[in-house]
Amino acid sequence: MERRELLKAAAGVGLVLRGRQAAAGQAVGDSAPGPRAGDRFVFALGARRGEPIVPSDLAPGGALLLAWPMDPASGAVRDGSRLNQVALVRLDPATLDAATAARAADGIVAYSGVCSHTGCDVSEWIDSTRTLLCPCHDSEFDPARGAEVVLGPAPRRLAALPLAIVDGALEAAGGFIGRVGADPP
Amino acid sequence: MIPTPHRTAALAVAAACALTVAPAAQDDGDGGYTPVTNERLRNPEPGNWLMYRRTYDGWGYSPLDQITTANVGRLKPVWTFSTGVREGHEAPPVVNDGRMFVTTPQNQVFAFDAATGDLLWRYARELPPALQQLHPTNRGVALYGDKVYIGTVDTHVVALDAATGDVVWEQAVEDPAVGYYITMAPLVADGKVMVGTSGGELGIRGFVAALDAETGQEVWKTHTIPSPDEPGGDTWPGETWRNGGASVWATATYDPELNQTYWGTGNPGPWMGDARPGDNLYTNSVLALDASTGAIAGYHQYHWNGSWDWDEIDPPLLIDIERDGRAIPALVHPGRNGYLWILERGPSGIGFIDAEPYVYQNAFTAIDPRTGRPSYDPEHTPGTGKPASFCPSLTGGKNWPPAAFNPGTRLLYIPAIENVCTSMEGRPVEYTPGRMFTGARSTYEIRDGADHLGELQAWNLDSGELVWRREFASPNWGPVLTTAGGLVFMGGTNDRHFRAFDAASGDELWSIRTNSGVIGIPSSFAVDGRQYIAVQSGWGVDAQRMQGGLDRFRGERTHVPQGGVIWVFAIEE
Repeated sequence: MERRELLKAAAGVGLVLRGRQAAAGQAVGDSAPGPRAGDRFVFALGARRGEPIVPSDLAPGGALLLAWPMDPASGAVRDGSRLNQVALVRLDPATLDAATAARAADGIVAYSGVCSHTGCDVSEWIDSTRTLLCPCHDSEFDPARGAEVVLGPAPRRLAALPLAIVDGALEAAGGFIGRVGADPP
Repeated sequence: MIPTPHRTAALAVAAACALTVAPAAQDDGDGGYTPVTNERLRNPEPGNWLMYRRTYDGWGYSPLDQITTANVGRLKPVWTFSTGVREGHEAPPVVNDGRMFVTTPQNQVFAFDAATGDLLWRYARELPPALQQLHPTNRGVALYGDKVYIGTVDTHVVALDAATGDVVWEQAVEDPAVGYYITMAPLVADGKVMVGTSGGELGIRGFVAALDAETGQEVWKTHTIPSPDEPGGDTWPGETWRNGGASVWATATYDPELNQTYWGTGNPGPWMGDARPGDNLYTNSVLALDASTGAIAGYHQYHWNGSWDWDEIDPPLLIDIERDGRAIPALVHPGRNGYLWILERGPSGIGFIDAEPYVYQNAFTAIDPRTGRPSYDPEHTPGTGKPASFCPSLTGGKNWPPAAFNPGTRLLYIPAIENVCTSMEGRPVEYTPGRMFTGARSTYEIRDGADHLGELQAWNLDSGELVWRREFASPNWGPVLTTAGGLVFMGGTNDRHFRAFDAASGDELWSIRTNSGVIGIPSSFAVDGRQYIAVQSGWGVDAQRMQGGLDRFRGERTHVPQGGVIWVFAIEE
């Protein structure tokens, strides 16, 4: 009985497509190392995909950027897992709560770009409410208050990433703080 | 079998699963399971529910008549079972000679003794940790031979040994990393296992694939969007066909005499029609595919160049109706676009008979009486940089929950959503593999003066008349079961109720308040001469999303608890 249970569950592990995911789309099957102190950022989307992000790319009070962390020494982009995706936005520093302000750099804040609900991209900025939106199920997060949930089904805030500006470059000041990705079912 | 390098980790996970299952499990061994044949799928015994809607015609009808309008008031729970997961529990309990098979979100499969609730085995798929789940649900198993088939959110089809739950084979159908995923129950027809995929919001190119039931090897694959050199390819400008959607995420119906399967297809992507001028075949259509070859035997496009997110994935019911003294082998589809479509099936293709709105619809101005082609009101058609409000909402007059047909009353029962509209505006969007590719933002609106949002409608298809209608304050997300006992069973509302109605009058005869909202397909079966009703209660997915949108509009917060439970009912003895 027990062996049978083992085998059936074991055979259920779906890793067949692992090899080609990174090239074809968003990697879903891996847990590559996430951002760490000193990492810089590159555009994850759009015409400048793969190019470095500098502080002036982030307009005050607007437009969310989705980014991948990059090892500055090797230039390796840490896009081996969707879970490494970072959402960057620049806010008015006066609007940040104390914990958020402590992690921000010149008003720029960073969070996991993967929703805590079912793991979709946190890909949109709503200017009227100054919130981050996951368009899959309309969860909204307040980036000035540690990305706490404002609306929608997300069960908890997004993981935060502390930032620093070093010699004019935007850098991670550590790894993610909090749980990245969706809760277990 | 699994690749060797992953075995150790997989076994560690499996051990955890086994611990939770072992104390409750019974093992009947390999004996005693009745194989499912083509003949049994075509003519199932009255006590069995062998597929998604029980029969190939999609009726959702059980010929069992022990539970009646007279005694349904004494319907009581016989057993329940917690699935251990949240989100949308939409699958029907499928029953073959006393064995029940139920799927849940996250691709679990449970096998039970259907009468007692004894757990026989459990399959639990380990899903990739970073998988995004736009629709965390699964709509059930297919049965054939001695196997149980499931499609997975990481885009595999898995065949399990029906007696033991052991994996017999698993086959990757497409790549989840670029937006393909499976939520539908497979269709077994002509000895093949057929699936389509979701992913219309993520820039996929839809298809139906047929796999060999014994090996999982692909037998045929037919795209629901033609390439430029195929018929209909000229309905897509440039390269737009490559990411045009036309997803397939509900189980087809099947006419064994014609050997045609009938698949509903999703909307085009991105959502704004002005991003892809043309009819965009075969989006928002029914496609008749030859079961042996996958060849397109006919189609009808319900609406062309869609801009409303109105997937027409729900397949048509196969019902012989009479119109003006003529017997018509019909295809009946209560559309997400708010019209009730009557089409005619035949060896040479699909013909148009009639279409009438069954909910308030303001986007169509006319239906061509010969072809069924609708004309549009530009005021209620959104575009890129052009906001518009339209009714019904993007969720539709009816979403995926299937309607049911009762040959005794000759009524079609439609779970409808009324008085909800959408305001939408398109914006340019660039295709990036695996990312959202809708190019639109939208909000829900409720029509002024609306006193209800959900309906259960009963239509006489011969006369084309609405016979009765029940109204609910909540939107209705309830799949429908109807029985020879003169009953209709449905949940679907946010108040957690599961209800029984008189099929002839619509009177509510029974209800029970369950753990969560009931968006699962109810089924009925018999064991040792006793009739049962079974359903899953587990709110989530689009029902939850719509509730959130309506709450946003009204400034309210409605909490519908999550977490799935399988319920089985019978008349108190």
